[in-house]
Amino acid sequence: MAVCVAVIAKENYPLYIRSIPTENELKFHYMVHTSLDVVDEKISAMGKALVDQRELYLGLLYPTEDYKVYGYVTNSKVKFVMVVDSSNTALRDNEIRSMFRKLHNSYTDVMCNPFYNPGDRIQSRAFDGMVTSMMIQARRGKESLVARAPGAWSPEEAAKGGAEDL
Amino acid sequence: MDAPEEPLPPVIYTMENKPIVTCAGDQNLFTSIYPTLSQQLPREPMEWRRSYGRAPKMIHLESNFVQFKEELLPKEGNKALLTFPFLHIYWTECCDTEVYKATVKDDLTKWQNVLKAYSSVDWLIVVVENDAKKKNKTNILPRASIVDKIRNDFCNKQSDRCVVLSDPLKDSSRTQESWNAFLTKLRTLLLMSFTKNLGKFEDDMRTLREKRTEPGWSFCEYFMVQEELAFVFEMLQQFEDALVQYDELDALFSQYVVNFGAGDGANWLTFFCQPVKSWNGLILRKPIDMEKRELIQRQEATLLDLRSYLFSRQCTLLLFLQRPWEVAQRALELLHSCVQELKLLEVSVPPGALDCWVFLSCLEVLQRIEGCCDRAQIDSNIAHTVGLWSYATEKLKSLGYLCGLVSEKGPNSEDLNRTVDLLAGLGAERPETANTAQSPYKKLKEALSSVEAFEKHYLDLSHATIEMFTSIGRIRSAKLVGKDLAEFYMRKKSPQKAEMYLQGALKNYLAEGWALPITHTRKQLAECQKRLGQIENYLQTSSLLASDQHLTTDEREYFCREILSFASQQTDSPGHRVALPMHSFAQLRDLRFTPANAVVHVGGVLSVEITVCSQMPVPIHVEQIAIHVHFSIEKNSYRKTAEWLTKHKTANGVVNFPAEASPFPTSQSSLPALELYEMFERSPSDNSLNTTGIICKNVHMLLRRQESSTSLEASSGLALEDGAHVLRCAGVTLQPGPNTIVFRTQAREPGTYTLRQLCASLGPVWFVLPHIYPLVQYDVYSQEPQLLVEPLADSLLAGIPQKVKFTVTTGHYTVKNGDSLQLSNVDAMLILCPEENRAVIYSNTREKVSDALLRVQSSDKVTSISLPAAPTYHLIEFELEVLSLPSAPAAGGESTLLGVTEPHGKHKDTQKTGHCMATTDHKVSIDCPWSIYSTVIALTFSVPFRTTHSLLSSGTRKYVQVCVQNLSELDFQLSDSRLVDTHDSTDLRLIPLNTESEQCIHSRQAVFFVWELKWTQEPPPSLHCRFSTGFSPASEEQLSVSLKPYTYEFQVENFFTLYNVRAEISPPPGTEHCRTGSLCSLDVSITRLSDLLEVDKDEALMESDEYFSTKLMYEVVDNSSNWAVCGKSSGVISMPVTAQATHRVHMEVMPLFAGYLPLPDVRLFKYLPHHSAQSSQLDADSWIENDSLSVDKHVDDQLDSGSVKSRGSVHSAASSEHKGLPMPRLRALPPGQAFNSSAGTQVLVIPSKDDHVLEVSVT
Repeated sequence: MAVCVAVIAKENYPLYIRSIPTENELKFHYMVHTSLDVVDEKISAMGKALVDQRELYLGLLYPTEDYKVYGYVTNSKVKFVMVVDSSNTALRDNEIRSMFRKLHNSYTDVMCNPFYNPGDRIQSRAFDGMVTSMMIQARRGKESLVARAPGAWSPEEAAKGGAEDL
Repeated sequence: MDAPEEPLPPVIYTMENKPIVTCAGDQNLFTSIYPTLSQQLPREPMEWRRSYGRAPKMIHLESNFVQFKEELLPKEGNKALLTFPFLHIYWTECCDTEVYKATVKDDLTKWQNVLKAYSSVDWLIVVVENDAKKKNKTNILPRASIVDKIRNDFCNKQSDRCVVLSDPLKDSSRTQESWNAFLTKLRTLLLMSFTKNLGKFEDDMRTLREKRTEPGWSFCEYFMVQEELAFVFEMLQQFEDALVQYDELDALFSQYVVNFGAGDGANWLTFFCQPVKSWNGLILRKPIDMEKRELIQRQEATLLDLRSYLFSRQCTLLLFLQRPWEVAQRALELLHSCVQELKLLEVSVPPGALDCWVFLSCLEVLQRIEGCCDRAQIDSNIAHTVGLWSYATEKLKSLGYLCGLVSEKGPNSEDLNRTVDLLAGLGAERPETANTAQSPYKKLKEALSSVEAFEKHYLDLSHATIEMFTSIGRIRSAKLVGKDLAEFYMRKKSPQKAEMYLQGALKNYLAEGWALPITHTRKQLAECQKRLGQIENYLQTSSLLASDQHLTTDEREYFCREILSFASQQTDSPGHRVALPMHSFAQLRDLRFTPANAVVHVGGVLSVEITVCSQMPVPIHVEQIAIHVHFSIEKNSYRKTAEWLTKHKTANGVVNFPAEASPFPTSQSSLPALELYEMFERSPSDNSLNTTGIICKNVHMLLRRQESSTSLEASSGLALEDGAHVLRCAGVTLQPGPNTIVFRTQAREPGTYTLRQLCASLGPVWFVLPHIYPLVQYDVYSQEPQLLVEPLADSLLAGIPQKVKFTVTTGHYTVKNGDSLQLSNVDAMLILCPEENRAVIYSNTREKVSDALLRVQSSDKVTSISLPAAPTYHLIEFELEVLSLPSAPAAGGESTLLGVTEPHGKHKDTQKTGHCMATTDHKVSIDCPWSIYSTVIALTFSVPFRTTHSLLSSGTRKYVQVCVQNLSELDFQLSDSRLVDTHDSTDLRLIPLNTESEQCIHSRQAVFFVWELKWTQEPPPSLHCRFSTGFSPASEEQLSVSLKPYTYEFQVENFFTLYNVRAEISPPPGTEHCRTGSLCSLDVSITRLSDLLEVDKDEALMESDEYFSTKLMYEVVDNSSNWAVCGKSSGVISMPVTAQATHRVHMEVMPLFAGYLPLPDVRLFKYLPHHSAQSSQLDADSWIENDSLSVDKHVDDQLDSGSVKSRGSVHSAASSEHKGLPMPRLRALPPGQAFNSSAGTQVLVIPSKDDHVLEVSVT
């Protein structure tokens, strides 16, 4: 469940930040801001040699007791940060990746708008709608877990998946 | 794979277990061999090929050799692998058949039977040969025989199950070989056994796992089974494989928990949901926590027990694999997931219990890692461990809050009870850490024991965490921990310690523009500053918070009231004031000047209207709002003149201010753009360019230090400028949102006034906008009085009244009653003063103020205009009519062509270009009341007409034509045109042939006048005439003044006709008409019409015996190429100077075209003898060569000029009298002297019959 989605400018100020209304917004602001530390670390760790074939997805930035924070950085150093509820174990890496890709596409659309000044806060309704769908869709993902047959599970895969999550 | 030889850090526990190999048979023999065997076995690795496609591994084998006992063999269904004997060896030294038969065989059979009973097929019989022993015996069978016997008896088709070891204790090559072969065999068999038994075990395990959906399945049982496998792998030093077993178990368990959370609960899991009673944290110091393992085995483990045990195993294996940082990472994840799982399973946990567990676990993991790594390693891997540190800090903090250790008063009884409960859950300290001073258990216990101890531990942890975060560059994380610390200090009532952390965090958030954290931190900071009594800072923070959109209205109002209450209470101590930045209080939006160009004269009133957007949530009554103004006198005097200012200032007078930097992007990108201006510096003496350059006007914005730009809170630099010039507005109530405030000022000193600061005062609280940017200025100027005289129309016309506008700019001079302008009169220009002439007074902004009657008094020399009284900086405007008089006619021979209105020597000849009017300037000197100097004003008048004249002849009758061209845009009425002979010859009469006395002459048109010239006696050689005509503008009905007529003087010479030239063309004899191409005869007769006259007396005249003759040259020219002249076309004749003397010339011409052709021209020239030659060489040559064309040209010129410029031709003839060129020369006869009577006649030429083409030329 994406509980908070943030787009952060190259200079590290928020271009867009939205969290689910039931939670304390401030908490997510602090969380996303702090996660920038790890984003910076990961970006600099990637080094210059890897810039060309660089993976935009930064993976899990850091877990907290209740949330997992994932990161993604565009080539123009705009960061996407997504906070996911830790209890939502159904969300695997691939799903997070695809969510980021969707976010990136939508962000690209925002940038293509000639009336949008790069660096301004994002107020696009389309982008907002996309983020909303991401928060709702993620909830649906949890429900689908019930339908999952326990017999189809194999420990080797699970172990592998677990390792991937690391 | 890690090689086992690699020395492991000593603290790491090496597994004691080794695969069990049983030994039967000769125990003494084995004991003797054992040392060598146990040493040699692991020496060389062996490749282990694995089932299920797993990668083969090189493995060093070790074994635990135990004496064979039947009990060792596992019973059916026993899953224990650790105690499983993988190989059974029977040792014998027997070399004696007898002995073999007697004892060994039986023993072997018994051994075999036992093995068979347990269906164990992994066995080996070792026959040790000993040469020494053999020697002693006599009845020795060959070595092979015993081995063969054994093979025969026992190794049914498995001959390799019996091996020979020769002389194992000797040091010979044979012994070595034998050992090698034996060891290889042993290893191979061991591995085979592993493969087989483990494979079987794994199959069983899988089968068991597949049964997990069955009701009776137990995770704990399965756990024990799979762990057995893990143990074996660990035993075989295959830690990677062992770890995989635990990871699989981990994943299986996690999945069950997840599924349970999704409603798919397994029965066995409910057991793990029992309430948490013990939270003593992870135990990582033992390789196997048997205590916990037994709990699992007995199915009594809680979730925390299981997780703890599982992780301790994983940790052990990871440390074997030398991956301590993964331990840290997994630990954090484990702790998080445990907390989640307990939530998911809805396990009841006493408050704080988990915090204790997590805290202890964090420290345990950290200490465990520290225990196996050196300092340098730890320091370079802080990034991995810092998460645990901060997690521990967080947990200790929440424990502190929970147990009332953070409050000022200390824990209450409830808190103490809770603490006791928590400590109870920790149980007793475990023996392995009992001797460690800094054990997690001791730390926690101590921290919870007292307020002071808690503070010490919490601060230690926090500082360590902050330091670690900072050292790896995680500034934001460090600030966040710092904020927690600040909160703690605030609780502990030590705001002075908290402030530093809050400021640090706030600075960080401001720098990166995070609005909500900014607001939140500011709120905390406000509280802190309030407690510290930092009034100024508190007010500043309050003002920022009061304007913060992210706070609720109530909160904003609270902070606003804080400011207001401070402002009202401190009124008693004057002088003290608190300067705060304006931007949080109110923002300057725009500024509007009236007058709009922001230029005002000395004494004028300027108003400045500013729009200020109040950021406060409530209306604020401000005692005074002031704008501090900087005054400067412009050095460059021109730049501040009234004209320059009025021209160069923006007209709308509105200055918009960019919105103050909101909390949002305060990043580098929002830096203002460069504002560059060009700069020229000129030398004051000659105005030449000294320097030029580019000035950046917003350097102060661009070049300030980065930090200072981010710390908007800094109250420094808010120095109020103390200038004498302040615009004030008192008692203003600022409503939330935009407010308009108007300042009025009366301009005093001329110069430039720059608005520098805006300041709103609220008792001792002053809100200051330190820089008003962009630059706002207004200018005050002082102007000298000025008089401007300009014509109303484009140009003034001479001869008729013209309007001239007088503008008096009063400037700083007040025009009093009685002040007047004194105009010195010019003869040729009249100043007309119509009745009821009014002067209008305008204000500086061109608004009409009043008008007054203008009094003009004229005397001989001076015209005095009394000005109406007008205040300073006003305009007086009035109009006067002026009339440029035609001057008296020019006297004497210096007469001009245009005898019109010309004062002496001012005539500009503009005849050259066709339609320009002749102009004349009048200079008027004006004395103004404000100056001792006279102002000289030049007025230029244009003559509207151009006049030309010409002489026309008809035989001997003469006519004078005058052409008047109107060059102006006006229409005129001409009247009373007259031509008079200025010499008043009595015998000459000019008879006008003009019928109308009044004529209208339209703009850009001409009118012709003709007079006939009649005389009674011999006419004079020259005639002086004056043409005059009255004129008035056609449009105006009535003129106040009578206008002088327009005059034109000219002279006509040699107008009397002397010769008559007649030409006649007759067709060839016998034909009726001329034909093209056939010769016709041209007869020219030149007839003298008068006797000797005065005009004939020139050098061509020859006298002999009272008989006068003159030489003439004739020339036949056909310029239109109608005729071809055949033969001589010109000739010189001697003409007797007597009346009716005739000379005839005959020549032949040929028509070239058909039709009515004009006759060729016949021209007459005076032929002057060579001794008085004056013309140029060219003329003479042309004539000698008889090149008619070249002579023609020259003569034509002379003719033309002679006819128009009568005087000029005479002059040219007379001026070069004495040039001694021996060449004859020609002089054209003046046009009046020769009359061509056949001019204009035409001859009919018919086309010749041969022509097929009829050419018609129209001429």
